[in-house]
Amino acid sequence: MPGRVMAEAATASPHRAAERRTVLAICAIATAVCAVFLFVGLRGNVAFVLGLRLSQLLGLVQVAVSAAVSTVIFQTITGNRILSPSIMGLDALYLFCQTVLVFALGGFGYAALPPAWKFSGEVALMMAISLALFLPMLRRRSDMMLMILTGFVLGLMFRSLSALVARLIDPNEFAVLQGASFATFQSLDEGLLAIGAVVTALGTAAAWRARHVLDVIALGRDAAVGLGLDWNRWVTALLSLVACLVATSTALVGPLAFLGLLVVALAERVCGTRGHGFLLPAAAGVAVIVLVGAQALARLGFGGAVVVSVVVEFVGGLVFLALLFSRRHG
Amino acid sequence: MIEIEGVSFSHGRAPILSDISLTIPAGGVTALVGPNGAGKSTLLALMARLLPLQAGSIAIAGRSVAATPGREMARTVAILRQDPGVSSRLRVRELVGFGRFPHSRGRLTAEDERLVDEALERFDLTGLAHRFADTLSGGQRQRAMIAMAYCQGCQTMLLDEPLNNLDMFYARDLMRTLRMVADSQNKTIVVVLHDINHAAAHADRIVALRDGRLVVNDVTARVLTPETLQAIFGYRMEVATVGGLPVVLHHR
Ligand SMILES: Nc1ncnc2c1ncn2[C@@H]1O[C@H](COP(=O)(O)OP(=O)(O)O)[C@@H](O)[C@H]1O
Ligand SMILES: [Mg+2]
Repeated sequence: MPGRVMAEAATASPHRAAERRTVLAICAIATAVCAVFLFVGLRGNVAFVLGLRLSQLLGLVQVAVSAAVSTVIFQTITGNRILSPSIMGLDALYLFCQTVLVFALGGFGYAALPPAWKFSGEVALMMAISLALFLPMLRRRSDMMLMILTGFVLGLMFRSLSALVARLIDPNEFAVLQGASFATFQSLDEGLLAIGAVVTALGTAAAWRARHVLDVIALGRDAAVGLGLDWNRWVTALLSLVACLVATSTALVGPLAFLGLLVVALAERVCGTRGHGFLLPAAAGVAVIVLVGAQALARLGFGGAVVVSVVVEFVGGLVFLALLFSRRHG
Repeated sequence: MIEIEGVSFSHGRAPILSDISLTIPAGGVTALVGPNGAGKSTLLALMARLLPLQAGSIAIAGRSVAATPGREMARTVAILRQDPGVSSRLRVRELVGFGRFPHSRGRLTAEDERLVDEALERFDLTGLAHRFADTLSGGQRQRAMIAMAYCQGCQTMLLDEPLNNLDMFYARDLMRTLRMVADSQNKTIVVVLHDINHAAAHADRIVALRDGRLVVNDVTARVLTPETLQAIFGYRMEVATVGGLPVVLHHR
């Protein structure tokens, strides 16, 4: 807009400058970790190995960024710092949607579908169910303990529903399902990598554009409405975005219960602010450092491949407990 | 001007407000009084569209609360809720800066920054500008929230019990500031008060509710009689005159 002077530089407080430096440092470290992942220990057919590592890196970064961004948004709209989409059972919901699709289409039908179609079907199903479940809770922010309990119950419910539907599927189809729902960091689904990259990039861009709105939403419903936000519309849009990101990440590597929680808590501690202009990039950077770094260490021979997700999840679980027991949540 | 026409509201089956119709003229300070549970906060929340209208209509400065887009409404009327918590970890200056959101959507311009500084100054917060709001005392935080509402720059301000947590110095200071802002900028200010003497000293009008019904809507002097006060609060209190001002001996 012409004639509108941006005053950020002129009045930026010393805190702002420090926060900006922290975010830049995090991003620099994340880039360095990615470089280590790509180039350290290259042997044999360099071009081939590099290509392989690049696609692996693309997958890891996607998963890391989407866990960070979806957790930040979810915490802000629920007004609650110890929740994450996975704790609320959203990834279990995704696996359930997948199971339902396999059941509805049959193993062959499912396996024959192009990945883009499968994926869109699952995402659409998941968005619909998560909006139906969570919107009533978010219209008025519910009590935190109620939300956590609901999350655990929903997670359990979806898992057992998945198991039930899986029993109804004949053994061949069940194998298809197992192949689909127990992806790991080792065998990233190539077909989904490109779609996932696009979805994650668009979703992250949308979150970034909404960073000021997220700051206002963090003030609570009444304050946000008083400042002119259409609360229901924004919460619906942001919840759909979270569902989309979680679906993408779960489709790619499977459920990751505590990664998002871990990295957002770390980023917030390091940054000292919940301003979304800082927190979103910081959390994404920390997520890349943790996930890519752990994978690089694993390849350099510190522990086997399984260890990565187990360690990340274990530390994340400890952070969750620490947040739960400390008084300063919420 | 605030026009309230036949507004009723209920939570489930419990009626909270019954057929309220009143007009508050533009410019000046109006005190909204009444016993606990009379429906003052509910009426204010309806005016600021924090609750959906169930029956009747409300217009502020000619704009229908139900039909006007949120962003336009947020530039027309600012509200301070009763006991607003600060949910996120924010510095006072950032918090006050949120008042400019309806105007610049979070990207503060030089003009916005100037208005934020002015609001900090006006509510004696300059020294606290870089403190985290959750480390302030209740009264300091209350002042920060009021500064944020003021910073919204609206012609109409609705303040729900702004004197909560304020000591005598800042309570008097706030009422004088509101008076001054109303006079110099011709703002329409509706303020929920419990101490009727603050209303006596600073308000042009008094609107009184009891059990969800309008008891009186009149200029201050005509409300401050033992009979009317008894009709509002349910007990008899003397009204004296000290230094030309009516003083209600409500505590005796
Ligand atoms: N969410 C709610 N559910 C049911 N009743 C409510 C709710 N909020 C307020 N009330 C009732 O509405 C009445 C008016 O409340 P309120 O407007 O807060 O009164 P005041 O601000 O005048 O003290 C009270 O009797 C209160 O108990
Ligand atoms: Mg009240």
